[in-house]
Amino acid sequence: MQNKPPEWPEEIFAVLRTREITQICHVPDAGHDRLIRLCNAQNDMSVTTLTTEEEGVGIVAGAWLGGRRGVLLMQSSGVGNTINALALPAACRMPFLTIVTMRGEWGEGNPWQVPMGQGAPGALEAMGVTLFRVDRTEEMADIVNAAAAQAFNNMCSVAVLISQRLIGAKGFK
Amino acid sequence: MSKITLQRRDVVGTLLAPRKPNLLVVGGLGSPSWDIAATDDNPQDFCLVGAMGLAVPVGLGLAEARPNNRILVITGDGEMLMGIGSLSTVAHARARNLMIVVLDNEQYGETGGQPTHTAGDTDLVAIAAGSGIRTTATIRTENELNELALSIHEIDGPAFYVVKVTPDLPGAVYPPLDGAFAKDRFRMAVLKDQIT
Repeated sequence: MQNKPPEWPEEIFAVLRTREITQICHVPDAGHDRLIRLCNAQNDMSVTTLTTEEEGVGIVAGAWLGGRRGVLLMQSSGVGNTINALALPAACRMPFLTIVTMRGEWGEGNPWQVPMGQGAPGALEAMGVTLFRVDRTEEMADIVNAAAAQAFNNMCSVAVLISQRLIGAKGFK
Repeated sequence: MSKITLQRRDVVGTLLAPRKPNLLVVGGLGSPSWDIAATDDNPQDFCLVGAMGLAVPVGLGLAEARPNNRILVITGDGEMLMGIGSLSTVAHARARNLMIVVLDNEQYGETGGQPTHTAGDTDLVAIAAGSGIRTTATIRTENELNELALSIHEIDGPAFYVVKVTPDLPGAVYPPLDGAFAKDRFRMAVLKDQIT
């Protein structure tokens, strides 16, 4: 059976447009691939490929200083790279929004993804980041929209964790 | 190679002397932030007092958000080394209004003067050039510094300069340590009535 591609990347994209989020930072990620392509096709979006995720925390903070909203798209393994950087939005009471595709939690095929995947929620919470989790595709638009509102209305750090169940485990065998 | 004589605080004073109203400054953790605060307590300066390695990314995000401003990142060699990959990101983003100046004293001044890798064989200008930043130079003399300061509003970015400075650390003059205040002060000065 041919699987129809999921529509939730389009739904996240629509939320980014509605919420006027135009600085898109990412480390390439298969789960976010379609969303990144959609953003790349927009002239008024800056799509910045990072060498490591903490750069994205700095870039969206700089964007906010300049009056522009940003988002960091990453995979759960990247969460660990951002930890000290998260002091920046916290100490400055700046909004920070990240959308994280989870690994290591739903029949993961690569044991090396499990430690950071399992540790990512706790690590983010330890840094004062409010977590939203999406386990069902029909909740995607609502949750991403609420998370963006939470971050930008209240000047706080918010992460949306997209369950690996929605993306699928990468097989290594 | 000539002996290093430039003093860090004088360097920042010289760089900021010809400042025009469209210049925004980002300071990196440690002495560069103190040098900026000592030179010019300007609301259009945003000085990091943590998040080591993020001075250049903050400058890049700001440069893309404010294409009609000039953005000058002033940081140190230790701070730059911690975020060294960001030079590739800057080159790739081609931010024409972004200029980076590293005050290179070849040591971690804030923690007691332990040598950084620039005291050895590491060449930050070569790394920047290899990352794809086309305008780069090492500044060692007063004349070279004066020339750079005079062109600060004209240089086509992204541009990257290392200014070799002595290890002398002048007294710390702190920028606002409350980041929320610093951020609001900066945004009010830069965004004015466009604040949302």
